[in-house]
Amino acid sequence: MKYFSARIAIAAIAGAALGLSAVGSASAAQKPQKGGILNFVVGSKIPSYDGHRETTFGVIHPLAPFYSLLIRINPDNPQSATDFVCDLCKGKLAKPTNGGTTYTFKIRKGVKFHDGTPLTAADIVATYQKIIFPPEGIPSARKTFFRMVESVSAPSKYTVVFKLQFPSGAFIGALGNPYNWTYSKKDLDENGYTWHQKNINGTGPFVFVQHQPGSFVEGKRYAGYHHKGQPYLDGYKAISASKMAVRLQAIRGGRAAIEFRGFPPKARDDLVKALGDKITVQESDWNCALMTTPNHKVKPFDDPRVRRALTLSLDRWGGSKYLSNIAIVKTVGGVVFPGHPLAATKEELQKIAGYWPDIEKSRAEAKRLLKEAGVAGMSFEFHNRGVDQPYKVVGTWMIDQWRRIGLKVTQRVQPSPAFYATLRKKKDFQVSMDFNCQAVINPIADITKFLGSAGNNYGSFEDKVLEDIYNKLLRSGDVNTQLKLIRQYEKRALDEQASGALTLWWYKINPHRSFVKGWKIAPSHYLNQQLDNVWLDKKLM
Amino acid sequence: MYAYIVKRLLLMIPTLLGAAVLVFYLLRAVPGDPCEIRLAGTGLYADPAEIELCQKNLGLDRPLYVQFFEFVGGYFTGDLGDSMWTGRPITYEIGLRFQLSLQVAIMATIVSVLLAIPLGTISAIRQDTWIDYVVRAFSIAGIAIPSFWLGIMIILGLLIITQQWFGTPWMPPIDYVSPFEDPLANLSQLIWPAIATGYRYSAVATRMTRSAMLEVLREDYIRTARAKGLLEKLIINRHALKNAMLPVVTIISIEFAFLIGGLVVTEQVFNLNGLGKLFVDSVGAQDFNLTQQLAMLVVLIFIVTNFVVDLFYAWLDPRIRYA
Amino acid sequence: MSTPEIVVATEELAEHKSLLARVWDLCRRQPLGTFGALVVLLMIFLAVFANVLTPYNPEAASWENQLTAPNAQFLMGTDHFGRDILTRIIYGSRTALFVGFAASIVGATLGLVLGVASAYFGGTFDIIVQRVVDVVLAFPLIILALVVVAAFGTAIQYVIIAITIPFIPQCARVVRSNALAIREIPYVDAARAMGFSHARIILRHMVPNVMAPYLIMITAFMGQAILLEASLSFLGLGVQEPIPAWGLMLQGGAEEYAESAPWIPIFPGLAITVAVFGFNLFGDALRDVLDPKLRRE
Repeated sequence: MKYFSARIAIAAIAGAALGLSAVGSASAAQKPQKGGILNFVVGSKIPSYDGHRETTFGVIHPLAPFYSLLIRINPDNPQSATDFVCDLCKGKLAKPTNGGTTYTFKIRKGVKFHDGTPLTAADIVATYQKIIFPPEGIPSARKTFFRMVESVSAPSKYTVVFKLQFPSGAFIGALGNPYNWTYSKKDLDENGYTWHQKNINGTGPFVFVQHQPGSFVEGKRYAGYHHKGQPYLDGYKAISASKMAVRLQAIRGGRAAIEFRGFPPKARDDLVKALGDKITVQESDWNCALMTTPNHKVKPFDDPRVRRALTLSLDRWGGSKYLSNIAIVKTVGGVVFPGHPLAATKEELQKIAGYWPDIEKSRAEAKRLLKEAGVAGMSFEFHNRGVDQPYKVVGTWMIDQWRRIGLKVTQRVQPSPAFYATLRKKKDFQVSMDFNCQAVINPIADITKFLGSAGNNYGSFEDKVLEDIYNKLLRSGDVNTQLKLIRQYEKRALDEQASGALTLWWYKINPHRSFVKGWKIAPSHYLNQQLDNVWLDKKLM
Repeated sequence: MYAYIVKRLLLMIPTLLGAAVLVFYLLRAVPGDPCEIRLAGTGLYADPAEIELCQKNLGLDRPLYVQFFEFVGGYFTGDLGDSMWTGRPITYEIGLRFQLSLQVAIMATIVSVLLAIPLGTISAIRQDTWIDYVVRAFSIAGIAIPSFWLGIMIILGLLIITQQWFGTPWMPPIDYVSPFEDPLANLSQLIWPAIATGYRYSAVATRMTRSAMLEVLREDYIRTARAKGLLEKLIINRHALKNAMLPVVTIISIEFAFLIGGLVVTEQVFNLNGLGKLFVDSVGAQDFNLTQQLAMLVVLIFIVTNFVVDLFYAWLDPRIRYA
Repeated sequence: MSTPEIVVATEELAEHKSLLARVWDLCRRQPLGTFGALVVLLMIFLAVFANVLTPYNPEAASWENQLTAPNAQFLMGTDHFGRDILTRIIYGSRTALFVGFAASIVGATLGLVLGVASAYFGGTFDIIVQRVVDVVLAFPLIILALVVVAAFGTAIQYVIIAITIPFIPQCARVVRSNALAIREIPYVDAARAMGFSHARIILRHMVPNVMAPYLIMITAFMGQAILLEASLSFLGLGVQEPIPAWGLMLQGGAEEYAESAPWIPIFPGLAITVAVFGFNLFGDALRDVLDPKLRRE
């Protein structure tokens, strides 16, 4: 038994030391080497090949390298929320004209689809027509992101123009969404709008080789790729592994070099301990947060006192220390992605119920509120999604937190489809887990999640005050006014009404084999997955 | 004999129909459908109109009985339909996994036979000695150990042992290679789940071998052979084992039928892309088409195996045919 | 090869012995069964006295003790929520026994009713019941349980239902074949001829005579139920946190941290193994003792 504890202690020290030094050395510039096959594991399945209709990273990770985007987050600076660069367009991103309602893009010449068809502006137009104005009967998952767009057109062979109905800061973010894969107009015209669900033809750095459903996707280097000298890899294999334990073992046992979603810190430490400097760790805040949604139509959760008690009893600051050891969550934050200029400071946060620095005081207040509402020591059922990381782990944490103010909570876990059917249609839950997870960081769009009127808010409530604050926010151009309004919005949603409660923001940890170079972690597992700048360092293999 | 075969074949029809009804309606009792998970599966806002559209495209808006007749009708037209999740033909989706599941089932059965027959025989010959007790405890432990746990321990053991002995940790491949392409890689992946499940399934066969042997050893002709002074080894090999094999073969074939579709948990642990994993995935994605066809396939394999076993018996023992 | 005589002889002798001596005698003849019985008794003891046996709350997280290796304070270490594993195993025996007993008793009893009725009434009723039994038996246990859990949800009562359903036809089939034999026995015929009610004949004559296979089935199901519950929990479809359950303890973190914290998967896995092992050995011994056909061997 001594053996175990000694190993743990070493693991903790080694983990801390190696993790940091590895990140340090990764940033040092080296000349990329060509060649090699990258094996990586993916924890989700591929529903269809059409990125325009799908919403899971299970499509992005294996298939994004086959396609190009019009613009994308800078692959060498994916941490930035605003650093968009051209992929298929040329030069620097141009400023909008016509009072911010017209965006013009020059398209690269000489780009060819994998089947040899040359790419022109017409392909970009056809792609965005499909995404923004799909014909009757063709699903498009992110159509609503483009509500400001009036038209897309190609005035010349290599020019694309987007006309907006009104200026919007959310447009560029929507345009750079990693799912907006560029399809060929020829394919759409000749084979119809559903052809891409089962077929692949892009201009991306890799060419589709084969897909064995349930097992893997294989891609090989595209010699005619438009970013010169890239990609560096000869090819890649995206291996499907639904269990996190298998994905970890795969990296450990050399069956895969990397996984792009994320592991909990404990798993990172175990890998580092087992493989030492053969493992490099990259970490980042993550634009996803779990929240709880009380059903306002069910007693006693119609009572703001009860909802406040629920959020007051969550020890977020403590959780950030210990829960973050075992779950992919870490950062305490309000409604805005932590680190974004619009996010609350620590002092501002600590004034919100549930974020107070003194948890004992907070819990005492929670108990008082419950007593006042006449439901001290009540029991209820917490509705959760059947995904281990981080849903069930955080759920177990919350149940334990609620136990500490005398609440007896049981958990009902449902697989994803049933989970959503319950939230959206049946609505037979008391308090449910919910989450807000976005690709491109865009706070003013992202925080609509807390509005009772939002299509993806399942709390069934109307809060006129909150809606008013948001409408003012949407129309304000000046950062100081935005800051002020967002703080009001945050206070109203999380504290006064507590119509929903946030837990911790996710924290992305990607331990990978040290020979994988060039890939930089982004604050979202949807971003920066084209792999064109990834290379393998043969000295380290 | 022909009358018996026809009667047995006809009896299969109500069973298959019953299974179809059971599976079809049980799946539809689940809240949600493949469109919900596809469009709202990541928590993004999903337009109800989009979901309706998706349901319409998949034919989920039609009355249940229409969908049921389409499902059953597929067996007569030969069109089993497409997966509601990937849109690919069911036959393609299942065919891909069937090869792996069949191979694991065969390998596990071999492991199971290799364990069961010698152990069961020894146990019977040495009835009520400590050898008998050890063998019985060993084989019952096989049923008692959760196979997924055994799987976890095997993978963990491999990682730790290979790292300690060879410096680099090794684990079985996590993607499938056909045995015709690279037999060694194939074997290095599938041998572990075959051992884990084969051990488990050997338990019943061991017990069956033991009791069949005990029965045969008491038969008159064995006593005669003994009286004649034949060597014990010869008696066992030539007479007893051969005659005890029938019930053992039966139990092994029935287990084999279950192994093809029933390795749900083991396939998860070893990341095998087999029918069991496909079943879990398709249940998870509410892929009604695929799930019901998979369930029917598993039922069909089981029923056909039973049928063949019964025919074999009837052929051996004419009395059964008239029972 | 004179086992039958010996058995009869000891049984005759046993009648003159004290109860204790008879139990001892049985134990000597059934060492594996005795071990099984001890395991079963131990499990029941743990389940009943769980709250006395351990000072810890099985559901309360204790963050300062996250992932502690086994030591004097936590004999089997703690899990990633800092909960004492021994405590969760002790309380987990409650869950296992509850699910196991509920599923096997309900399953076996419904199977008994169906089997006896099917055998007694025969005819169309028997044919229909047999076809339904065929249908359900054609599914592997885990596949059927998976679909049932997907349809109803993952709460403990649905897990019990999911495990019960496949047990019913198994028991019905065994009971029916036993009951068929009894129906042909002269005294049952006589009872019918005398015009006794169906209920009376079934309850007084048939049911007592199929009690042996019924009890054997219950013990056999117990082991299966515990394993099935563990498998469902492992797939995330069974009992849910924070309820202490053995299969659940092997899921999630247990696997991911298996290498640096091997005590998390090892002890619950052993608990399942020993419990199922015990019930199976006990069941085997029970069959040897109760089944007259086997005893004659």
